[in-house]
Amino acid sequence: MNAEGRIVITGIGLTAPNGNNLAEFRQNLLAGESGVGRIEAHYMGEVIAGVCDFDPLKYQKKKELRRGTRAGSVAIYCANEAIADSKLDLATFDKSRIGIYLGITEHGNVETEHEVYNIKQYDYNVDFWSHHHNPRTVANSPAGEVTLNMGITGPHYTLGAACAAGNIGIIQGLQMLLLGEVDLALAGGISETPHTFGVFAAFKNEGALASHPDPQKASRPFDRDRNGIVVSEGGCICVVERLSDALRRGAKIYCEIVGYAINSDATDFILPNPERQVECMNLALKKAGLSASDIDIINTHATATIEGDKAECQAIREVFGDNSNAYINNTKSYIGHAMGAAGALELAGNLPSFEDHIVHQTINLDNLDPECAFKNLVINEPKKVDKADYILNNSFGMLGINSVLIVKRFEG
Amino acid sequence: MKAEEIRSLIVEVIQEILPDEDLSNLKADVRIRDQIEMDSMDFLDMIMELRKRYGVIVPEDDYMELSTLDGSAAYLEPLMKDI
Repeated sequence: MNAEGRIVITGIGLTAPNGNNLAEFRQNLLAGESGVGRIEAHYMGEVIAGVCDFDPLKYQKKKELRRGTRAGSVAIYCANEAIADSKLDLATFDKSRIGIYLGITEHGNVETEHEVYNIKQYDYNVDFWSHHHNPRTVANSPAGEVTLNMGITGPHYTLGAACAAGNIGIIQGLQMLLLGEVDLALAGGISETPHTFGVFAAFKNEGALASHPDPQKASRPFDRDRNGIVVSEGGCICVVERLSDALRRGAKIYCEIVGYAINSDATDFILPNPERQVECMNLALKKAGLSASDIDIINTHATATIEGDKAECQAIREVFGDNSNAYINNTKSYIGHAMGAAGALELAGNLPSFEDHIVHQTINLDNLDPECAFKNLVINEPKKVDKADYILNNSFGMLGINSVLIVKRFEG
Repeated sequence: MKAEEIRSLIVEVIQEILPDEDLSNLKADVRIRDQIEMDSMDFLDMIMELRKRYGVIVPEDDYMELSTLDGSAAYLEPLMKDI
């Protein structure tokens, strides 16, 4: 394929509970440093969560912060960091040719809950309901805040895709570049979910909220003692562009996106369907023109629920076989489940493997569930590998939405 | 609350709404929105803050009365005389 039809990632801006840029994030992944702690949630008291500590005033005025949303702040930080990382001169770029595509699991819960909480003290008199509620809760809000902050006039919207959304934001960017709709995409996913009590309460009542005396050990995918999800915030936005443009401007190329797929289970509101996950991985491999044995690293979606982890392991076994040589890891064990950001963040955390040939480990894996055992599951210590050319990244979500991305090490 | 206190209160509320603005030279008899970057949503924040803090209800038809600091003081003084 010619360079016009090849799509690459040339910039990354991120914030995670354990890092506010890729170098810091990667360093903490290799060091086994979790970013999970405790926060206060309305009505619930203390909960275990992953919260980011980036400085929002790096790119926003105080007024913008007051007017906007936490999701918008996360997005603005990541978008500006991504552009800075790409070394692109935004001042000379046609801003009408930049598209912003952000995956979200949900948006508006934080603001709605806050308003309901606020009017309680006024005996639920809606005269005290904020006039900012609508612009803050429209579904495009986080992406729209980026356009306001950066003066970008191309298309912007979010993609609601539960916890598959981070990958899907990147896929949307790729598709819009291939269609010629834009010349540059700011694409990825974001989450502000720990600021809504409702998600914690629902997971708790569903028996899917992680608990542990030590919050940093609460997120335990594949471990026999796992007991649910750690809810986290975060964001990861990539600069995605055509290879031809990246080469022309001498950009640093993190990877080429060679395969992707999105499909639906059509079976249950919550429970995953490994059969459809298999189909999704196979579809992505087919699009990439690869066989399963070509993949060097599989970054799993696993959220540390009993059923979810088992389903994904079953699907991976079906696609890759019992004795796959691919190294398998999980990023949620460090940062919890960053919801709409998860797919993009977890992909980013693994991209440095193309250069350092190290696969980051899965932490908190002290008592491996035999149903989640793989020969090359990377457990508690990073693994130096001979070959790291292809990464496959899984992200699945409620209502049975599956997304898979395959990226390739770029050789100039 | 007296007129001078109300003027100070309005400046304090605006500063909270617009933390990046320098309000030290705000003229009391000139339209506030001509002196600083204050849009209609910011103005509504000011109205909401008066409602929340003091229970003062300003009907929409009277919003123009609050366009200057002096106008605000004159309009609000009778409404806030017991505060």
